[in-house]
Amino acid sequence: MADLSVKIGQLDLKNPVMTASGTFGFGEEFSDFFDISRLGGYIVKGTTFAPRQGNAYPRMAETPAGMLNAVGLQNKGVHYFADEIYPRLKNIDSHLIVNVSGSTIEDYVACTVKIAELDNVSGIELNISCPNVKQGGMAFGTCACSAGDVVKAVRKVYPKTLIVKLSPNVTDITEIARAAEAEGADSVSLINTLLGMAIDADKRRPILSTVTGGLSGPCVKPIALRMVWQTARAVKIPVIGLGGIMNWRDAVEFLLAGATAVQIGTANFIDPEVSVKVIDGLNEYLNKNGYKSVNEIIGALDV
Amino acid sequence: MKKHVMDLSVTENVSLNANYFLLKLTSDQKLPDMLPAQFVEVKVEGSPNTFLRRPISINNYIPETNELWLLVQKVGDGTHTLGKLNAGDNLNLVLPLGNSFSLPENASKSVVLIGGGVGTAPMLFWGKYLKERGFTPNFLLGARSASDLLQLDEFQKYGSVYTTTEDGSHGEKGYVTQHSILQNQQFDHVYTCGPKPMMVAVAKYAKSKAISCEVSLENTMACGFGVCLCCVENTVNKGNVCVCTEGPVFNITDLQWQI
Repeated sequence: MADLSVKIGQLDLKNPVMTASGTFGFGEEFSDFFDISRLGGYIVKGTTFAPRQGNAYPRMAETPAGMLNAVGLQNKGVHYFADEIYPRLKNIDSHLIVNVSGSTIEDYVACTVKIAELDNVSGIELNISCPNVKQGGMAFGTCACSAGDVVKAVRKVYPKTLIVKLSPNVTDITEIARAAEAEGADSVSLINTLLGMAIDADKRRPILSTVTGGLSGPCVKPIALRMVWQTARAVKIPVIGLGGIMNWRDAVEFLLAGATAVQIGTANFIDPEVSVKVIDGLNEYLNKNGYKSVNEIIGALDV
Repeated sequence: MKKHVMDLSVTENVSLNANYFLLKLTSDQKLPDMLPAQFVEVKVEGSPNTFLRRPISINNYIPETNELWLLVQKVGDGTHTLGKLNAGDNLNLVLPLGNSFSLPENASKSVVLIGGGVGTAPMLFWGKYLKERGFTPNFLLGARSASDLLQLDEFQKYGSVYTTTEDGSHGEKGYVTQHSILQNQQFDHVYTCGPKPMMVAVAKYAKSKAISCEVSLENTMACGFGVCLCCVENTVNKGNVCVCTEGPVFNITDLQWQI
């Protein structure tokens, strides 16, 4: 058994495999399928200070190697999370990370302050990259200046591990990553979904109620790999890679590109047991190739 | 109910007509208990354009023979590929998913199960389930023409079967909501599954007669177990809820339908 542990900010993860926000509910939805304490960490559904109804149906369009979604951060608000959901999760032996979103900097801060009260939440992932909300979300994450402002404000009120989730819908993702690092982020995770669109030719109408939505799945993997590779060389903080990971081999590719950990997202919809298969497959890969620790392959791409 | 990811094997793929087929599945392991209106998520192999699983309602579950039946309509690449399966092929399923219809308080209640198109699929299992509990269900099944009415011999095992076709080639001509039994007989409970305009028409009928009515929805979904939040339906008391976990069955009084 190779040593799979990695470090992200103040967190020692038992392995580099996490599950991505918005694809893993609150974790408990997967308890029929596998023991979620096997995960290095799990990032629960995007949470905002006030409840949000999300966007109107239809919210999903399948594509040949992926899907578009336009959920729009439907959630019951941070107080509901703290009172109703957190008590059920707090004793699970894995790092619980809450994805925090908002429409204004004040929203992000208020939500974070509430999360900071919860002892067994290991960290937050600041979502400045949701493409499906009219205000806030991605608007913060597509400009280094506003990204830096949100990170700075949240950093002031949050002493634990702060991960910033980046949008790929930018000209230069490394610029945003550097701004997050400069304002005290412990890590950046990338990529969130790519803005896309689907059309029904027969009805001559868009498929999604919001016209545009976020593209995820294997079709985005080459873009995600490229952005992880660029970002890992541009910042000193650890990079968490995600975007189209369907199996252990995809995960290894992200680690080689420079990611210290990975998140499994859309694949959870198709194979709810995929995350443990990635952990097991990664371990086998390391053993077979004579590595004692997963850290030996992080950024070890031979170019 | 605990959800499982299981490989089942195809024992038979029965072509019902050009557009529909019936997959009969079994497993070496005992299949988990399943309820009427629940569904499975089917992984489609060998169809490059089919990325997500396909949600398919349970047409019949036969514990005695450890069999699961899926009635499938050929719509796109995924379902066409499933239509090519042969006996002995494996199929990976997540099951069972979703809720069930609610059982009336006692078997003296009169019930009508109204299905249209592929929406007749869950009504067979529900009718069988009701019959096993002492009910005498009435089935009202609608289709475009006689060749699109599916499994009539199966339905007849469990209750009285009434049909409508749009071209009048079987049963009464017209839509299900125009069938004379809805005017001539009194029902205590209506259950329906089919195209949305049909379900809305059935809901209007039930509301006008003050009859309890449950509908089974088939909103587009990615996961089937409540994490993608794509299949939402707007409800009166809880706002947007997932059809895959809070449904697929809803009482019409809980929905924001204009009826």
